[in-house]
Formats: sequence, C-alpha cells, structure tokens
Amino acid sequence: MKAISLSAVLALLCLALTPFAASAEPGNSSGAGTAQASVKPRIVAAGGVVTEIVYALGHSDLLVGVDTTSLFPESALKEKANVGYVRALSSEGLLSLNPSMIVAIESAGPPDVLKTVEGAGVEIVRVPEVSTPAGITEKIKEIAGLVGDVDKGAALAADTEKQFKSVDRLREKIHKPRRALFILSFLNGRATVGGEGTSADGIIALAGLQNSASMLKGWKPISDEALLEVAPDVIIAMNHGGPQAVTVDSILANPAFAATPAGKTKSILVFDGGYLLGFGPRTPDAARDLLLAAYPEIAKAEQGSDHK
Amino acid sequence: MHAPLQTAYRKTFALVVLVALLAVIALAAISLGSISIAPSRVIDVLLGVDGAKQLDFARDALVITQIRIPRLLLGAVVGAGLAVAGAVMQGLFRNPLADPGLIGVSSGAGFAAAVAIVLGGQIVSGAAANFPFIFLPVAAFCGALGSTLMLYVVASRGGRTSMAVMLLAGIAFGALAGAGIGWLSYISDDRQLRDLTFWSMGGLGGATWGKVGIVLPMILPSLIAMPFLAHGLNAMALGEAEAFHLGVNVQRLKSAAILLVSIAVGASVACSGMIGFVGIIVPHLLRLSVGANYRFLLPASALLGATLLVGADIIARTIVAPSELPIGIITATIGAPFFIWLLLRRGPELAV
Repeated sequence: MKAISLSAVLALLCLALTPFAASAEPGNSSGAGTAQASVKPRIVAAGGVVTEIVYALGHSDLLVGVDTTSLFPESALKEKANVGYVRALSSEGLLSLNPSMIVAIESAGPPDVLKTVEGAGVEIVRVPEVSTPAGITEKIKEIAGLVGDVDKGAALAADTEKQFKSVDRLREKIHKPRRALFILSFLNGRATVGGEGTSADGIIALAGLQNSASMLKGWKPISDEALLEVAPDVIIAMNHGGPQAVTVDSILANPAFAATPAGKTKSILVFDGGYLLGFGPRTPDAARDLLLAAYPEIAKAEQGSDHK
Repeated sequence: MHAPLQTAYRKTFALVVLVALLAVIALAAISLGSISIAPSRVIDVLLGVDGAKQLDFARDALVITQIRIPRLLLGAVVGAGLAVAGAVMQGLFRNPLADPGLIGVSSGAGFAAAVAIVLGGQIVSGAAANFPFIFLPVAAFCGALGSTLMLYVVASRGGRTSMAVMLLAGIAFGALAGAGIGWLSYISDDRQLRDLTFWSMGGLGGATWGKVGIVLPMILPSLIAMPFLAHGLNAMALGEAEAFHLGVNVQRLKSAAILLVSIAVGASVACSGMIGFVGIIVPHLLRLSVGANYRFLLPASALLGATLLVGADIIARTIVAPSELPIGIITATIGAPFFIWLLLRRGPELAV
C-alpha cells in the first residue's frame, strides 16, 4: 500500500516537473481547493521537528520537500527536495514543488515569502515551538490531523506521554541531583557550552540533572577557570562525527576538564546531538537514555526490576 | 580629430550593447526559475492573455507577476544603485578601492541590522515572532544614513569636508561597528546568528510589489540625480584644487555625492542585505573597457550593475532549487576571479 502511494506521489512529482505533458491530468489545476480530502496532501515541512513527526507517523510519502534543519531521520534530506534554511525559504522554490500545504514552525520565513505562497492557494499551517513534554504531544496531534491520520497521532502522542511519565518515575528515584555540563563543540581546547534557555538546558532538566552552566545565557564559550568553578559531575558532549568529533579522550586531554569532578570520575557521556536536542517524539527516549547514563546506579536498579 | 570621434562611437555603441544586455537578462529573469514555464506561456502572461482554462495558468501567472517581476525590478534597481554609488565613491575619493563602505553606509547598516536581529524582540516587547523582518530594513536604512551623517560631521570643519578625514574616520567607525556586531553575535542565540549570517550575504528573496513600491522611489531619484555629478567628478580626477579652479563647487559636489550614495546604498542594503563586490567590479570593468569619463561611466554602471545583479540572482535562485543561495556568494564567486583575470590582462594601464 505504501509503495503504491509513494509511486503515485513520484508520478505526480514528475508531472509537476513537466507541466506541459500534464494537460490531461484532472484535479491538479491551480487556485483554491487543491487540498481536497480525496486528493492526498502534498506537504512541505519547514522545521526539523515537523519532518521528524511526519516520519514518526509513517506518512513520509506525503512530504514533497523538507528544510535544511530536517536532520532526523537522516534519509529525509536525501530523499526529499531541500527547500533551504527554514528562515530563508524561496517562494518560487516552494511553489515549484506544487505543494498543497506547508507545515511551518512559528519562526519559519521570511513572512513575505510565505504570504506570496499563501496567495498562490497553498495552505500555510503554523506549528508552535514549545519545548515541553505537553508541547511535543500537542505538536504530534496537530500534525497527525494534517496528514489525515488522527488515530496514529493519538497513539503516538499517548505513547510519548507514557514514556515521559516513565522518565518522571525514574527522576523520582534520584536522591541527589548531579550537576551536568553540556558541550556543544570543542575547538582548539575551548568548549562552547549550553547555558540557560538552550535546548540542552531543557534536556538536562528532563533527565533530572542540574545545568552547572546555568549562569550563562545561551550557547557560550567557557573559560578553563570557570570550568573548575562550575565543577560539573557529568559532562555531556555532542558527537558530530568528522575530524572534530568530541571524544572522551579529547576532553580529558584538556587539563581543566580532567580536573573537574566529571573528569576525575571519567563521567563523560557522548551523545548524538540531534537526538538530545531535537525535542520531538524521540525526546522521552533521549531523556531516559541520558538519565540512565548519568545515574548508573538507577540504571542498574532498573535492569534488575524491569525487564523491558 | 579621429580618436575622440572613435571613442564617442565606442561609448554610444557600448551603451546600446548594455541596454540590449539588460533587456536580454531581464527576459531571462522572467522566463527562468525553479518552476519551468514555457516561453509561449510567459508571453501570454505578459500580454495579459486570458488563460484561465489552461492547466496551472493561474499559478504560472502568479509566479511571473507576483514573484519574478518584482524580484527583477528589485534586483535591477539595487544592482544599478550599488554600481553607480561605487563609481561615484571612486571618483570622490580618487581611489580605485573606494566603495560605499568608506562613508560608513555598510558598517552602519550592518550594525543596525545586527541590533534589529538580536535585540529586535526585546526592544519592543511582546512583538510578533516575525517582528525583526519588518524592523530590520527600517533599522538598516536609518543606520546607513545615521552613520554617514556622523562621519560627514566628523570630517567637516569650517564648511569644508576633508575626504581624507572621512576615509580614516570611516575605517575607525567600520572597526567599531564590527566590534558592535561581535558583541551582538556573542549574546545572540543560534537562530539570530544564522539570520545574521544570511543577511550579511544578501539576497533578493521575498521581493514583493510592496517592497518594490518602497525601494524604487528611494533609489530611483538618486540614480537619476547621480549622473549630474559627472562633470564635477571628471574635474575631481585632476585633483581637488584643480577641480575648484575649473569652477566646480567641490564642497557641494561632496555633500551631494555623499547624500545620494547613502540614500541609494542604504535603501539597497535595507531591502536585500549586504551584496558585495558589485560596487567595485562594475565601474572598473567599464573603465578598463570603455574609459573613465563619468558622463559615460555613471549611466553605463547603472546598466551593467543591474544586468550583473539580475544575472547573479537567476543563478542564485535556480542552482540549488527549490531552495536558493544568498546572492552575495554568487556575485563574489564569479566577480572576484573575473576581476583578477581582467587585472592580469590589462596590467599597468589601469588608471582611475
């Protein structure tokens, strides 16, 4: 079934690319009402979280284009047309995909571009950017409605909620919260860390940790001395891959890092950045993984009691 | 007697070629894009043929009339403005490297834009998420004019403006604005940083008739007025004192040139971000090929600047379709090597 619909979308795409061969095709004319219930919506996702949720709902066949922030799943940017950075979209580029709907995060733009595209009869749906558990389930339900699969959306939302609850339960088992430091990048021995108001701050809190860099606002480089002062118990590093990949060894090679409590106990956790910072359906999993990695004693207890 | 006649012919011929080139590139800009529209349909749309029954006609008509034509006009007027402003600056400073940046336009606009991007949300609290998009062009324009005015005041003493002082003050102010942008980048978040990067590379995306309606009346008068400076700029090429003795009101020339340039460039930068290199490469290209007479150079710069930017924009919006590249990348990637090649070919004859 899925293969059939995918090929239908591909066929439609081919027709759209050669508009003059398609003169006999009915129901594809411009103007209002291109997104009737009978016709499958052609969706452009503007915002990584939108793409992630559409894929999680199993409706990636409806996507005709995604923006450059759509890093998960990795296949998205490979198999879908790339409409550019979410804040610098192109009106004609969007229209060339012949979409019926653009699902965009609140900050997508520029507004003039979206207005022009809307003027061409394309529906623009805005999704709020709320990085809380409730916000995520809300987003899932809304996007499920747009792809016409409310049941799947309700199921995914309920599942996500359940997983958040299980993370909540794990969090209750923490006796003494540890202090964490999130390293975004590590260049020439200088680390850029996640302060207050970053997505790192959010996931650290979800995992029952304290952000030791909360006196900084946003992503900031941190000095060696400040590092000793914030004294993190756990260091979370993002793995970008490539030559500048952050590894446990590269962090410990820096004397200031080695001298922190985290360095002494070698409590350095390397995670995939998109996984931790995405704030989509994978977030409860990410929070759980982070929590269990940061509190090995809880992980041990879980393994003993819970056979999941 | 032969030689001047020949150059006059050559200049007329060059202007005709430039007009034809602009016309061709304008047609290309209307016909090409990420949506392929057949030339016959483009003609139908331009002639206003009613094609309601044809498939996708309404969409194609909208793409041409609401997206491509406003963008073409914006690109043409911005390109013309930047190129003419560059030519005027080079004449005024009698320096081949001069560009509008020297009188603080770019640094002022850049700093103001950074303020708008990073602090825009805080300056007016509770504003919509897209607030910076409206605030930014206004701020950039005010920043451009404000910084130019400031430099002008610094450089003027006793009713005389010293271009040397203005140049030095402009460099200092550029460094200060750069530091200001650095401070703002430091406190900005990921998204603001990315907005800042995109803005600093320029782009004509999101061109609407509304924008054209605002920018055109600002740049066009400057474009029309600047050729009237040609006589004065020609005299200035001999030196400031010599120009004075030739009967040019040097001070008035300076004030007028600075005012016109700051308006034209300020409006360009405000609506399309920083687009580098057009202001330097276009006048030099023309000087190298057809001569340095400003009577010819200024209108020719306008034509070639418009052609170049519209051409670069066609590349910018088709090469990575359905997304698009910042246009500044294109102008510099193509412009800089071409310019170096030109310099290698001509060698020491270059005179400004």
